[in-house]
Amino acid sequence: MKTDSNQSCNKGCCDESNEQIKGFNSSNISIMPSMRPPLNPMAEYEKSGYELCSFVENFVQTDADPVPKIKTHLSKKDIFSTIKVRCGIKRHKYTVTPGLYCIGNPDKNSEVLVTANFKLTFDHVRSQLEGLDVWILVLDTKGVNVWCAASKGTFATDELVRQIKRASLEKIVSHHRVIVPQLGATGVSAKKVKKDSGFRVVYGPIRASDIMTFLKNDRKADQKMRMVTFTFSERLILIPVELNMVMKPAFIVLAIILLLSGIGPGIFSFSVALSRGSIAAAALFIGVFTGAVITPALLPYIPFKAFAIKGIITGVVFALATGFMLTTTPFVSSMTSLTSLFLLTIAISSFLAMNFTGATPLTSPSGVEKEMKMFIPVQLLSLATAVGFWIYSAF
Amino acid sequence: MYDQRYIDDVSSLVLNPEECVGCGLCVEVCPHRVFELSDKKAKIVDFNACIECGACVNNCPTQAIEVTPGVG
Repeated sequence: MKTDSNQSCNKGCCDESNEQIKGFNSSNISIMPSMRPPLNPMAEYEKSGYELCSFVENFVQTDADPVPKIKTHLSKKDIFSTIKVRCGIKRHKYTVTPGLYCIGNPDKNSEVLVTANFKLTFDHVRSQLEGLDVWILVLDTKGVNVWCAASKGTFATDELVRQIKRASLEKIVSHHRVIVPQLGATGVSAKKVKKDSGFRVVYGPIRASDIMTFLKNDRKADQKMRMVTFTFSERLILIPVELNMVMKPAFIVLAIILLLSGIGPGIFSFSVALSRGSIAAAALFIGVFTGAVITPALLPYIPFKAFAIKGIITGVVFALATGFMLTTTPFVSSMTSLTSLFLLTIAISSFLAMNFTGATPLTSPSGVEKEMKMFIPVQLLSLATAVGFWIYSAF
Repeated sequence: MYDQRYIDDVSSLVLNPEECVGCGLCVEVCPHRVFELSDKKAKIVDFNACIECGACVNNCPTQAIEVTPGVG
């Protein structure tokens, strides 16, 4: 048997392991000198009713509980899940269990980095820490990223204190210091954390990619590390979620458009509903595209500060460009119907552009409120006129 | 970031210089560099960059800073 298997694979790649598997039984584990560890080194951590996370590679013994040691490389599955969540699929149920983790071989002098239990955040952080020996304290933010959780009160002083105590952090490190991401400051009071837990909060850089440099520079962040950015790629990555969120309401609007389009001299016609409706649907689609794709992508290049105006501008540009093509179809022969489609596109585009304020790191709630008070009436008026003109033009 | 700005003159940010002890924590946590430290006191140097995130308010040891954003 043994000779057979060696002959079938004579490249020398799996001889040794073949032998081991064949020689593996409970009686000779300890006496075989060349024996490798059992096939599953994690076997001793298995517990009935629990499943080991794929990102855990081992456990590290400490003066408190054993701490899971996590991988810094993302698996194909992690990357696939990231793409899914970035498209808005199951993004509200994407969590890791809160608590203490570690990377490398940390000791009592190693730093403690605090983060959120949104797996997108967790994966991003660990992927940036290759080669470091650090502790990672994950707060229960209900699967929300650090900044949003900080403003919602889950990435907060009390939760940080609770996790510090739960992990018995004072037994694990001797320095009594935790590094909290700067954007967590919205929810964390360094003074209260010190008072309630004895741990000093040091605010780390905004981006996980700066952690290495921050630690090398003796926990000092430069101006760049302390400033949020909103670059082209940072804006693009948000677009799929915007589109996902708009999908459901857009289908409702589409249904209403088809219904309204069928109204005419013959009270209601299904064939007209489809033919006229598809033209109006195109106007809706253009509005969604300019409001949720073009405006976010080109944000700083579109004039005016209010997002609602930016949406109007992109809507007008695209509506004018496509309007000329629409005039060649028999259903948009009149100026009234053309104006109607034009107003529909603009209303949708302006509203969705304004909706994007919630996804940016540069809008203030007071500013958004001012903008909404000013432009929601404009958008509604535009929409109402569009509907009126559309029905009128059918007669 | 200074090329990307939002609506001016809307932030509810208020700094009371008399209460300030000059610890510099607001300068550190602000993601839009609204504050600077001069003569051991915090100073608002870029009011219109403020997004009312509240990081400074939360970390000011003497409650010298206030933001009261509306419902947004």
